[in-house]
Amino acid sequence: MSNDGVIALAWNRIRLLKESPVGMVGAFLVLFWIFVAIFAPLIAPYDPNANNMDALIDPTPSAVNWLGADNSGRDILSRIIWGSRTVLIVAPIAVICAYIIGCLLGLMAGYYRGWVDQVINRIADILLSFPAIVLYIIVIMKLGPSAINVIMAVIFVATPQITRIVRGMTLELRERDYVAAAKMRGETALYIMLVEILPNARGPLIVDACLRLGYTTIAIGVLGFLGLGLPPPDPDWGGMVKETYAMMTIYPHMSLFPAAAITSLVVGFSLLADGMREISLRD
Amino acid sequence: MSTNAATLDRPSDQAPGARKPILELRNVSISYFVRAGELKVVPDISLTLYEGEALGLVGESGCGKSTVAFAIMKYLGGAGRLTGGQILFEGRDMTKMSDEELRKIRGGRMAMVYQDPMSSLNPVIPIGKQLMEVPIIHSGVGTAEAEKRAVQMLREVNLPDPESMMTRYPHQLSGGQQQRVVIAMALMAEPSLLVMDEPTTGLDVTVEAAVLDLVAQLRKKHNSAIVFISHNLGTVVRICDRIGVMYAGELVEEGPIGEVFRDPRHPYTRGLLNCIPTLNADKRSRPLSAIPGQVPPILNRPKGCIFAPRCPDAAGERCTAAAIPTTIYGESGHHRVKCVRVRELAKHARPETGVVADGEAAVTHEDLLTLVGLKKTYRQSIGMFGGEGYDVHAVDDIDLAARQSETLAIVGESGCGKSTLAKVLTGIELATGGQVLLAGKEIGRTAIENRDSATKRAVQMVFQNPDSTLNPSHSVGYVMERALAKLTGVGGRKAKDAVLNLLKTVNLPLEFANRMPRQLSGGQKQRVAIARALAGEPDLILADEPVSALDVSVQAAIINLLVDIQKKRGSTLLFISHDLSVVRYLADHVAVMYLGQVMEFGNVTDVFAPPYHPYTEALMSAVPIADPDVKQRRIILEGNIPSPQNRPAGCPFATRCPRKVGAICDDTPPPVQISDAGHRIACHIPIAELATATQVVF
Repeated sequence: MSNDGVIALAWNRIRLLKESPVGMVGAFLVLFWIFVAIFAPLIAPYDPNANNMDALIDPTPSAVNWLGADNSGRDILSRIIWGSRTVLIVAPIAVICAYIIGCLLGLMAGYYRGWVDQVINRIADILLSFPAIVLYIIVIMKLGPSAINVIMAVIFVATPQITRIVRGMTLELRERDYVAAAKMRGETALYIMLVEILPNARGPLIVDACLRLGYTTIAIGVLGFLGLGLPPPDPDWGGMVKETYAMMTIYPHMSLFPAAAITSLVVGFSLLADGMREISLRD
Repeated sequence: MSTNAATLDRPSDQAPGARKPILELRNVSISYFVRAGELKVVPDISLTLYEGEALGLVGESGCGKSTVAFAIMKYLGGAGRLTGGQILFEGRDMTKMSDEELRKIRGGRMAMVYQDPMSSLNPVIPIGKQLMEVPIIHSGVGTAEAEKRAVQMLREVNLPDPESMMTRYPHQLSGGQQQRVVIAMALMAEPSLLVMDEPTTGLDVTVEAAVLDLVAQLRKKHNSAIVFISHNLGTVVRICDRIGVMYAGELVEEGPIGEVFRDPRHPYTRGLLNCIPTLNADKRSRPLSAIPGQVPPILNRPKGCIFAPRCPDAAGERCTAAAIPTTIYGESGHHRVKCVRVRELAKHARPETGVVADGEAAVTHEDLLTLVGLKKTYRQSIGMFGGEGYDVHAVDDIDLAARQSETLAIVGESGCGKSTLAKVLTGIELATGGQVLLAGKEIGRTAIENRDSATKRAVQMVFQNPDSTLNPSHSVGYVMERALAKLTGVGGRKAKDAVLNLLKTVNLPLEFANRMPRQLSGGQKQRVAIARALAGEPDLILADEPVSALDVSVQAAIINLLVDIQKKRGSTLLFISHDLSVVRYLADHVAVMYLGQVMEFGNVTDVFAPPYHPYTEALMSAVPIADPDVKQRRIILEGNIPSPQNRPAGCPFATRCPRKVGAICDDTPPPVQISDAGHRIACHIPIAELATATQVVF
């Protein structure tokens, strides 16, 4: 019964999104990239790792390579299309994992308070005191560049922030009368945290998740740019910028197109978050 | 008798003579423009307010009272718009004024007092400076003159030490003092019209009484006309000459207070009067009659009477066919009623007062819950490491007993410890001293998590705030199934049937099982909460202000439901409330609490008759009564309730007591005097002397 309600609420939210133009633009951008990622093999004109010798001579955009080719003669359009898969697999997995851990820790800190709260908070403080980029570099240097480790790095950076948000909301929601009523009928702490408290924190968390997907897209781009992303030769938007930025003055298209891809996805997530917020304020 | 006590003089019942009108609303219509379309919240209202006159606007929430108030200020905000009619203020049409002209009028000739004083005061500017702004802006006087006027005005609203008050910030004052400052600010420019929107709703009853007296006093002195908006008919009776009853945006009845209360002609007004519990009636002498249904959504207004679907006197076609004209009724020519049957209805039978039948008291029940010397002390730590600190005695040394199948009411103003007491009983907080015995078993030191399932089943609670009592993510049916599963172990098919049974018990339609809380009204939410508490057939139901957030008509229905359930199931009810009228109606025994201690305890009839504890006496005299013919002795309490951490060493009430004997009250805790009937009063004045007091309400 309760689940029907949650689905109805979620559906209601999607329907309401139609009334937010900003949110619609965001949703369009995000859905566009999801579509591209799913159908990459069908859409991409070439193998993203194939070197075309002709394109090496003149890598600028042409009828053959619509967005031009990079310094190894690979088709940029195909690499962007395939690269969207990296971002759209790594970012959501990382954000979901960070959310699972962050919600649990935040709920525990806010619900139990006392020493549990102290311990969780101090650990979060320590992690938050590092600049995010430093944390990324430390984690990946230690673990080595790979998709899994990029996810790990994002979890390390995002979890303490999510913990903070969830803890704050839990502190407020735990004082609601329905929580007292649940205690009075003998519910376990786990039930109260997951069934009574967490669903009511969903509004702000959905908005935050959208924004965080955007940040994570940037983070993955930055890691790729620093050479800490996926190992070559698989396409990765940040890595594409890194490999070609030295030729910025001669062949700007090589780095600008992948950069534009990153930007459009990040803007998409941000606008979607804006739309979600607009809706949640309205009702 | 105390010197502070005096018979309440009521505003005159005289109809307005040939006085000059200050404010005239002529066929004003107001709409809100929302996504769903145009909401005609006030379709057509006409009103005249004369110089120095006070008009009360009453009605349930959502009936357009505040909208009218804002329209009078011509300050409707983004979505609201005046769609027709004229608002004449001192003869000039406000609908045609420029923003500049309106700005001069607002705060100058016309001022407003809102419900929440904190939202009208700027928290970062000292009070004096905020007050001085008014004459500086509106009268163009200099700083010195403005300061003089501000101090003078603070003195007029009876604030202690006005000079030092000038330099204080709003958060340093109590709620009652803040509201006085707001009233002072409104009066600074000597307005000819004062609009007050629920000015005393957030205040404790003794503070409310003092603020109402102040308003009545200042009104006489400054001769300002007042539009007084309230959901509480009693406060309107105290302040106003005339009353307007609103329903769904329409003014259904309007006239001099005396005429309307003695001979209400509109069925809605009658309904409102019937559902208010009064200080002199209890559940044995008369049932409260709730108005069935609820205020309808106003997206589609019916052609005829909008009250017809809920009206007990509706006469079919005549009520629904065409728009209802406003009829002038009675000799005075000022009593206007919007009802087609205005001349046909029999004279309203006022509920019986004064006589209390004493029939059922013969059966004596066993004690179910006994509190012995119960204490709850919070440790407030100072500084980083919590080494130092002080104790806050929220509940201090309470002895009480609640009998099987009876209602024990706990009354007191905010901060008296009544809610803390409830928390200890539920096990959400632990007692720090004394015992809580439930059928002989000590439960005060067992946290809710550690209570055995029999105890959990036995003690359930109904909470105050309907918006926080149900989880917005769970459907009504889920909540109840879960309660049944945890408390009785019933599941599956059987649980579904049990849910329907529970819904039936609380008079909710069965399809409500699939509803989400946001689809319910406040009263319906409270019914679901009651059903949830009943799931395990509890022996003791704790109800912490279960009706104080509800409209009066809904409140009556919920109170009736509680009475009914108790009769059928024989459960014990511990009813916590600040509302003496409700307590009078519902309770069998009453405990009056002040600063964590029980000042008076006894049978409901004993507590509401002499001998009174001086605090009970003051509380009763402060209750606004919605009947201009009931006389009430008036006792004004000075000052505010002290905070529990610096409670007086002797009697906790000594700092405000109008009957204080002397130093003994400050130094020595009062002895508990017990009469033969078990009526306990904690006071230094001998019970025989207290017994000589006259009835507060007569």
